[in-house]
Amino acid sequence: MGTLNVARQELARLFVSPLAWTILAVVQLLLGLLFAMSLADLMLNPQQISKYAGVSEVIGTGLFRFATVVLLLVIPLLTMRTFSEERKSGTLDLLLSSPISLTSVVAGKFLGLMGFLTVMLTLIGLMPFSLTLGTDLDTGMLASGLLGLWLMMAAFAAVGMFISSLTREPTIAAIGGFGFLLGLWLLHALSFFEWQPAILGFTLPIADAAREYSLLAHYDDLLFGIFDSGDVLFYVIFSGLFLALTVQRLDMERQ
Amino acid sequence: MNTQILVSAQGLSRSYGVKLAVDSIDLELRKGEVLGLLGPNGAGKTTTLQMLAGCLAPSAGKVEIKGINMRDAPARAKREIGYLPERPPLYPELTVDEYLRYCARLHRIPSGERKNVLESAKQDCGLTDVSRRIIGNLSKGYQQRVGIAQAILHRPDVVILDEPTVGLDPNQIREIRSLITRLGQQHSVLLSSHILPEIQATCSRVVIINHGQVVFDRAMDAISEDDTGTQISLGLLHSPGAETLAKLPDVENVTPLENGFWRLQCKAGKDPRNAIAERATAENWGLFELHASQPTLEDIFADLTIRETPTRTPEARPHNGHP
Repeated sequence: MGTLNVARQELARLFVSPLAWTILAVVQLLLGLLFAMSLADLMLNPQQISKYAGVSEVIGTGLFRFATVVLLLVIPLLTMRTFSEERKSGTLDLLLSSPISLTSVVAGKFLGLMGFLTVMLTLIGLMPFSLTLGTDLDTGMLASGLLGLWLMMAAFAAVGMFISSLTREPTIAAIGGFGFLLGLWLLHALSFFEWQPAILGFTLPIADAAREYSLLAHYDDLLFGIFDSGDVLFYVIFSGLFLALTVQRLDMERQ
Repeated sequence: MNTQILVSAQGLSRSYGVKLAVDSIDLELRKGEVLGLLGPNGAGKTTTLQMLAGCLAPSAGKVEIKGINMRDAPARAKREIGYLPERPPLYPELTVDEYLRYCARLHRIPSGERKNVLESAKQDCGLTDVSRRIIGNLSKGYQQRVGIAQAILHRPDVVILDEPTVGLDPNQIREIRSLITRLGQQHSVLLSSHILPEIQATCSRVVIINHGQVVFDRAMDAISEDDTGTQISLGLLHSPGAETLAKLPDVENVTPLENGFWRLQCKAGKDPRNAIAERATAENWGLFELHASQPTLEDIFADLTIRETPTRTPEARPHNGHP
């Protein structure tokens, strides 16, 4: 009950704020441009398709990959509202003094945010799926890519909410969330180095660890249509961890 | 008088790092009371109210709302209170109706009753005309009223208002005060302020806190009677000297003022004016002025809070009389 009320309110407040509409517009514009550009590229150089599994991979995978970069920049701006801004404007007290548990508050805000991001995901998904008008698509591959993108959104949102719960300055929450997510990106880059230094006879599997814990590595399989429940579970656990940390952090604040 | 105790705080303490903001406060709010929490800025009023409202966990001590422990059953305890923080917790982008509807949902008011609940809260706070306005565009006075409406929406038994009139113009202050007085008829109200006339105008009991401790706790109509005795100002042309005056019956303290004036502090509950007048005529002191003044809340407040008492010994604990 409490969770759904908070979620509903979070979603409603997003849609009365100009920020949410602007974000939807800008993301859609950027991704639309990329979509149009890759379509034009394919039309001008149709021979390159032989290197890929088909149109779905050329257009869809490229679009979803770019979408994660855009989301990395955008989601911290959405999550900064969840706690930092509420704390700064004093409205967090309304939630804290209401008969709703902190877990419900955090879960509700997360659900509300995911509702908004699902709208964004639908708009993104509509672009590659619009190609069914002219060609046959690998729907499975696109669907698994979209699922991956959705899970990525959840992970980003959970991290952003945690950072947001740490500070009372929305801008700090935004830049902090951005920094953290970009840090995870760099971690992924580390996995390409095959850097496994040996210290005192022990091999430190840094590259392997980076690969296992990187958000992007688990995304890759989904992008190419390989559905591994391990990957999905990774995102679920990752998001759950940061949401739990957020609850802890808010509880600590009262102590 | 054996009325129900709605809010009870025992040994409530809160420290921020090494600074002790609230130092083992005991507080009780009874049914039908309007309790004013008074204190200079930084005395610990807001912290105390935050703990009572469950927004802040006390470092020590416990809070009970209608016998429900805030720590053990926060959700049930919070259902019994309405809280207006120092800054009204408003979402400026929503309309008054949208905002109140959300608050009603937060307090789990069933959707069937929501409309009536909203109407009656808006009626009480004079918000009916601005239902569809966006909160951010309302004046400060109206925003404050929306904050109060939010606190009384679910008809809690206890309403906690943290400085409800701060930043308002005199007319708005008067409106909010009369609103609080009206609220006091149906709810028990706990309000904080550092504005004395406000407490005097609205409250039935006053608690003064200073340096995080309760230094005064008394019913409004019991203030003038005992405890702090009457003050007499005396004008004599031929003064017999401080020593003679100090020996007058029931006089505790003598302070010489300018131009032949004296201030005498009397024992609690005594009025020696008649005796002084008789003595003055008999001994030809040239009496030209004699009048008594009851200590006002302002005197008490100044007396208790201006005096620096950072370290208080257990013997010198405050008077803790109840009506």
